[in-house]
Amino acid sequence: MAAPKKGRGPAARAQGKPGRALALILIVMVALVGGMFWSGSLSPRLGIDLAGGTSITLSAENEPGKPNAINKTNMDTAVSIIERRVNGMGVSEAEVQQQGDRNIIVNIPKATDSEQARKQVGTTAQLYFRPVLTVAGAAPLPQQPAAKGSPSASPSGKSSAKPSSSPTTQGRAVTEGLEKAPSPTATATAAASDKPKTPESPKPSASGDAAAAAALDKQFAALDCTPGKNRSNPAQHAKPTEPTVACSSEGDAKYILGPAEVEGTDVDGAKAVLDPQRGMWIVTMDFTDKGSKKFQTITGRLSQQPEPQNQFAIVLDGEVVSAPRVNQALGGSAEISGNFTQESATELANILSYGALPLTFHESSVTSVTAALGGEQLQAGLIAGAIGIALVVIYLVVYYRGLSLIAILSLMVSAVLTYSLMSLLGPAIGFALNLPAVCGAIVAIGITADSFIVYFERIRDEIRDGRTLRPAVERAWPRARRTILVSDFVSFLAAAVLFVVTVGKVQGFAFTLGLTTLLDVVVVFLFTKPVMTLLARTKFFGNGHPWSGLDPKRLGAKPPLRRTRRVSATIDPKEA
Amino acid sequence: MSRLGNIGARLYRGEVGYDFVGKRKFWYGISILITITAALGLAIQGLNFGIEFKGGAVFTTPKTSVSVAHVQEAAERVSGHDAIVQKLGNGGLRIQVSGLDTKKANAVKTDLAAGLNVPEQEINADLVGPSWGEQIANKAWTGLGIFMVLVVIYLAIAFEWRMAIAALIALVHDLTITVGVYALVGFEVTPGTVIGLLTILGYSLYDTVVVFDSLKESSKDITKQTRWTYSEVANRSINATLVRSINTTAVALMPVAGLLFIGGGFLGAGMLNDISLSLFVGLAAGAYSSIFIATPLVADLKELDPQMKALKKRVLAKRAAADAKGEPETGFAAEDAESLDMEHEDVAAVVGQRRSGARGRGKRR
Repeated sequence: MAAPKKGRGPAARAQGKPGRALALILIVMVALVGGMFWSGSLSPRLGIDLAGGTSITLSAENEPGKPNAINKTNMDTAVSIIERRVNGMGVSEAEVQQQGDRNIIVNIPKATDSEQARKQVGTTAQLYFRPVLTVAGAAPLPQQPAAKGSPSASPSGKSSAKPSSSPTTQGRAVTEGLEKAPSPTATATAAASDKPKTPESPKPSASGDAAAAAALDKQFAALDCTPGKNRSNPAQHAKPTEPTVACSSEGDAKYILGPAEVEGTDVDGAKAVLDPQRGMWIVTMDFTDKGSKKFQTITGRLSQQPEPQNQFAIVLDGEVVSAPRVNQALGGSAEISGNFTQESATELANILSYGALPLTFHESSVTSVTAALGGEQLQAGLIAGAIGIALVVIYLVVYYRGLSLIAILSLMVSAVLTYSLMSLLGPAIGFALNLPAVCGAIVAIGITADSFIVYFERIRDEIRDGRTLRPAVERAWPRARRTILVSDFVSFLAAAVLFVVTVGKVQGFAFTLGLTTLLDVVVVFLFTKPVMTLLARTKFFGNGHPWSGLDPKRLGAKPPLRRTRRVSATIDPKEA
Repeated sequence: MSRLGNIGARLYRGEVGYDFVGKRKFWYGISILITITAALGLAIQGLNFGIEFKGGAVFTTPKTSVSVAHVQEAAERVSGHDAIVQKLGNGGLRIQVSGLDTKKANAVKTDLAAGLNVPEQEINADLVGPSWGEQIANKAWTGLGIFMVLVVIYLAIAFEWRMAIAALIALVHDLTITVGVYALVGFEVTPGTVIGLLTILGYSLYDTVVVFDSLKESSKDITKQTRWTYSEVANRSINATLVRSINTTAVALMPVAGLLFIGGGFLGAGMLNDISLSLFVGLAAGAYSSIFIATPLVADLKELDPQMKALKKRVLAKRAAADAKGEPETGFAAEDAESLDMEHEDVAAVVGQRRSGARGRGKRR
């Protein structure tokens, strides 16, 4: 949209020099079309309703007691959390956008497992504090022995039964062994010492626990947290009371985590603050009464542990967003320091203070469109548009004859500009052509043609006043220009207000309408007027050929007399 | 065509013309009648809100041979709610179930797929919670309010406050008519309708602005002459821009008609149809109001201005004097006498025409 604005100023000045304006619009067109090929976006990005796919609209709900909960920060946090969730499913090209001040639109193209998407998006995110049992690099462990050692992990299994109990030394040893799994000796000892223990497990349930723990270790070994892969979030579906494996949200580490000990709801609030003494960003958090007791217990215990068990993991939707080390028992408030930037500190604070999604959402609409129906609708829209253009062209040709050539050329220029801009705006600002936008574009044909009619009628009026074509073209222009600008401004105002205020589908429509109105101004100023000036110099138009649409005789031109005396009896009675 | 061109020329010169301003009371009456009808229709019939406002689901199936009645029965049995089933142009079905919430809708979809013997993925589902349409409508009202305030400010600056008020009244008038038509005919109101309705805002004003622009120009030095009153100049402006107004409206209606009859008809009811239907009704209403309501209102408001009152007195006095001197025509004299009365402004019907006898049969468009 920058290009059109650039052009307008010079256009007004270049009135008498049609060549310059035409050169300018030619450059703009070449640039836009060239940009289209250069960026490889040869056609507009299609919206869900045309390309097929699922679109879910989530609306934030007002909750009692939280009157100002729906604000920009909370919505931004919610968008980023939902985005993480949707893309965590391995759905490519899914987009999550805020729309209006309380809606989040999730668009999942090509109907990729819309069921799962709905579930994922719809459920409330979960935040837990879990003790860290083991940490390892992101890649799957190359050897299996580690998994063999797993039965000894039963202590961690036990701890699931009694969440508050601290992991035993044995458990720690094993997990440490696991961590060093690639080193053959450590693995060997672990495997050797642990194997016999399994059957001897004292508790009746132990075999079950052991099996679970074995599964856990196997899972851990196989877990691939490397980003870029379709990693699932194993911890996402894990019960909070059971240990689980998890990836860090950056994908650079993986963890075995104990059962959740503090829940997101136990956090009262968190803030990102710049510590003036150390000059670094930290995150402070406060707990509720219940939460501070729990937190005191966990930190008291963890601070006694060696690495890496002196960490607790902040797990959001099954991903470890942060795993801070604990140095001492902490009470109702705590601070987390690390290599935070302002951004990352704020993000963590947001995650902590809102538990999960900062707001409650409900699905206000779900649309799933098969590509077949979307294609059909697009086709119908295109047919309708083609018929609309054909009707307008026929009307213009019949009524304006030769002049219609200028109008049709202008419509074509307008079409090229609209199409290339729409294609470019896809990658640039995420513009997607949906059905209402197609409607807007079709309706805009009328708006664009209106401008020509205003100008042509003005020229004809001037000819009727007895002017020859060349002065008529120039004299008609300032007046037509004002009318076009004023009425286009009103149209643009309507589109702009609609775009800013409304939500959902209305926005696509308003955007297209606003864009085409702007383009209309550009085309009329930089193309229609200059071309008119040039053609006025030709014999066909300049001498008012009967087919030019500017034949003075047909237009009923009169010798230039004073208007009031022009009432003559000659024409009048015929008509009456 | 030349004939049409000629009419354009003569309209431009005011040789022929329809006395829009003079007969404005008749048109006001018509508009008031339409508005009352619309209001009554709205009060008695109410609007037929689509599922987007009531909450529910629309399923679109691929081509199927199962009968409409059968599907309707099945859909109602499965969902426990009322269902409307329509056959689409492509042989598919459009099944609309109201009152269904987004959670239950999936089960219904599965059942429908089994009943119709089509794969579930090929059924499109549009599930809407009851508050969604309300939200869209609320936003639309906000947008409408903001737009009206901005446009009044803009028109008051670009033209003058009287024109701004007249344009606003015409706009409200168009919206009322459009909504009234929806109530009376019982067309379904969907978000698409709301989009269309909001677009009328811009369009309805387009024609009005074109006429006002011409009026502003021709009334620039109006107080410096004693030939015509403001109302007459206003009427002249309408007639001079009549061809333009008709052309712009026709050209605007054509693509919309294409959308409505071809695009919409192809797919049965749908977004295309909803938008284009309200646009079609609104555009027609907008063209009518810019000619018959907006400009006459400006003339009415303007004639309240002391300057214009004085002008009118001078014009009429001069005319009376000229008539007394020249060949007084009976008809004209009578009209003139009447028009001296400030309450009745039925002065010469067509501006620029002295012999009102001949003018009376101005051409209607």
